[in-house]
Amino acid sequence: MSGLTLTVLAGSALLGCASGVVGAFSILRRRALMGDLLSHAALPGICLAFLYAAGERDYHTLLAGAFLTGVLGVALVTFVCRWTRTKEDAAIGIVLSTFFGGGIVLSAIIQKLPGGRVAGLERYIYGQAANMSRGDVQTIAIVSVAAILVVLLLYKEFKLFSFDAGFARAQGWPTLALDLTMMSVLSLVAVVGVKTVGVLLVPALLIIPGATARFWTNRLGLMLFLAAVIGACMGAAGTLISAGLLTDWLGFDPLAFGRNRAPLPTGPIIVLSGTALFLLSLAIAPERGILSRLLALVRLRRRTAQENLYRTLYELSEPRLPELPVVPLPALAAERSWSPRQLSSLLKTADRAGLIARAPDGVRLTPAGLLSAAAITRAHRLWELYLIQGANIATDHVDRDADSIEHLLPPEIVDALAAELARRGRLPGAPAAVPSSPHLLPAQTHPANPQHA
Amino acid sequence: MIAPPNKRSMTLPAAHTPDRSAPTANQQGALPPGVSPTAGPPPIEVHDMTVAYHRKPVLWDIDLVVPPGKLVGIVGPNGAGKSTLIKAILGLVPLASGKVEIFGRPYAQQRHLVGYVPQRETVDWDFPVTAFDVVLMGTYGRLGWFLRPNARERQRAAEVLEQVGMSAYADRQIRQLSGGQQQRVFLARALAQDAQIYFMDEPFSGVDAATEQAIVELLQTLRSTGKTVLVVHHELQTVRQYFDHVILLNMRLVAAGPTSTTFTTENLQTTYGGRLTILDQAAEALRRGEGAP
Repeated sequence: MSGLTLTVLAGSALLGCASGVVGAFSILRRRALMGDLLSHAALPGICLAFLYAAGERDYHTLLAGAFLTGVLGVALVTFVCRWTRTKEDAAIGIVLSTFFGGGIVLSAIIQKLPGGRVAGLERYIYGQAANMSRGDVQTIAIVSVAAILVVLLLYKEFKLFSFDAGFARAQGWPTLALDLTMMSVLSLVAVVGVKTVGVLLVPALLIIPGATARFWTNRLGLMLFLAAVIGACMGAAGTLISAGLLTDWLGFDPLAFGRNRAPLPTGPIIVLSGTALFLLSLAIAPERGILSRLLALVRLRRRTAQENLYRTLYELSEPRLPELPVVPLPALAAERSWSPRQLSSLLKTADRAGLIARAPDGVRLTPAGLLSAAAITRAHRLWELYLIQGANIATDHVDRDADSIEHLLPPEIVDALAAELARRGRLPGAPAAVPSSPHLLPAQTHPANPQHA
Repeated sequence: MIAPPNKRSMTLPAAHTPDRSAPTANQQGALPPGVSPTAGPPPIEVHDMTVAYHRKPVLWDIDLVVPPGKLVGIVGPNGAGKSTLIKAILGLVPLASGKVEIFGRPYAQQRHLVGYVPQRETVDWDFPVTAFDVVLMGTYGRLGWFLRPNARERQRAAEVLEQVGMSAYADRQIRQLSGGQQQRVFLARALAQDAQIYFMDEPFSGVDAATEQAIVELLQTLRSTGKTVLVVHHELQTVRQYFDHVILLNMRLVAAGPTSTTFTTENLQTTYGGRLTILDQAAEALRRGEGAP
């Protein structure tokens, strides 16, 4: 790896790190679009700075210009929102495209000026990480380290302010100053990022790491740390891939189509690496990921179906209890409109669990099966009774999907239900016994029928 | 008795300093110098306050004195400015005119004496913090700039979580709590502020009966230790039962005083502009028939 690549690598990784951290806060404050605004509004500033410096391409002058118009854009949005009835997202859209349009016009003018061709302003639109100089990396390093230090120093204040600005103000924190500090740090990072990944892609660098990190944790500190790591990985991976790392590894270039050997642009590859991490997290993250949610859903469905089987068996056996009669399969299937395949799969599971026994012309509950079937039926009937009588217990414990709730009731809540119903004199029989079905009680003339299965 | 000037809060630049870092000795329960529950300036004094949103006045000419050690309900119809009254006292919305004094001084100097429970809907409950983290935020004001919560703050947070019956949920992300539990967390955060006056914006909205009862008991405990508690309240039926002092509000102050003499059908009709429902009136009549306070 050449020294130049190493420089670019360090620069991109640091930039990704800082963007991840400051971008995470803007996501949490639902102001992710601010990154877009800042970077687009930076373009006219770069052009103006170029004109002002009379063609000198001093990086820092251009950055100063970018910073100024970026902040001006944010100020304009705030102003428009406060003094007109325009909503923030609309205001951002207007200001962003106006500034970007202005920037494009300015850069077209610059191109026509004598010496304008060498300006290379389009670099700022698309970014050109590969051409990063040592000086550029130094600037990136200074800004990134400063941004991360500010966040570390003001971690507590930013946390409070981002979560509950009203409370923060009542407690005496200068929320406007905190907001401005946060915005300035974000602007600085965005502006520095413009030359590396370009105006159009800076927002991705700010948003993707934080959004990806959120999948993996419920703690702010850890989320910021992960966002930093993910940002750094994005930067590093993008640089390495576009520098031909994949080609070196594999011995051939998987991304070269035909004979095209042009190097891939670094900025877009950085962003695409981030997208890959995001999609991966979206798929496999525990709790928030799609797979784990699907899995939970499937588990619940299975459990519900299984419990319905036991309850149906219990109800069909009920008239002849404590004897355990054989329930014919057609009768069982008819109760729940199970298809023969569904039923046989349910029975197989139950059989393996030792809760039912097969008979030549049907199945019957085993003694162990009777125990759990009775418990399930009891929970179900108590819940029905409870619903029928108008819920008045702490809904605290039961804010799940109403359909799945009776399958999730923990034993202590079932007992609490029984106690509550008994207290109101609504529970036929002993609290620990299986109550008879509420559908057979006079209360059943009630129009609200909670039966949902 | 003449209150000696509170030197600590006097020497601090008011606007940009969050609550002073409290001296370790002066803990919760201890009143600041010059403040006693029976003598001295009242906890809250509002003079001539007018508040406007976008030039439209929301509160007019409010004059109000809240006595110490009372559980005060702020009652009025929707849009009466109940929340705005609290926010204006706390400096969260600008005053068009008038002034507010907390124990005889401007609010900016007295923030450390005030605890706040905002409406539950004002925050994003998906925020990556635990119940414990949120409660810890109550101690931030005392900590001041840059300092991180320490063992002492953590212990206080654990105590107040216990007090609201939420110890078991300390490590839960706040989205995974029910509405009532979230409200308890907000309450615990205010308790962690160790204040003399508490402002609560609809703490009973969207909570279950058990939580409502628990909150009421907690408020009564606060009152019994000499704190003053102001609660924005919606349910007319429970006003008599919960509060010993009421503020009836409908853009103007209709009446304020002890519940027994102030919470009258007449005052209520003025407050609600005749919009008091028959049900409310019937409930009122029943209560009086029962010889309630």
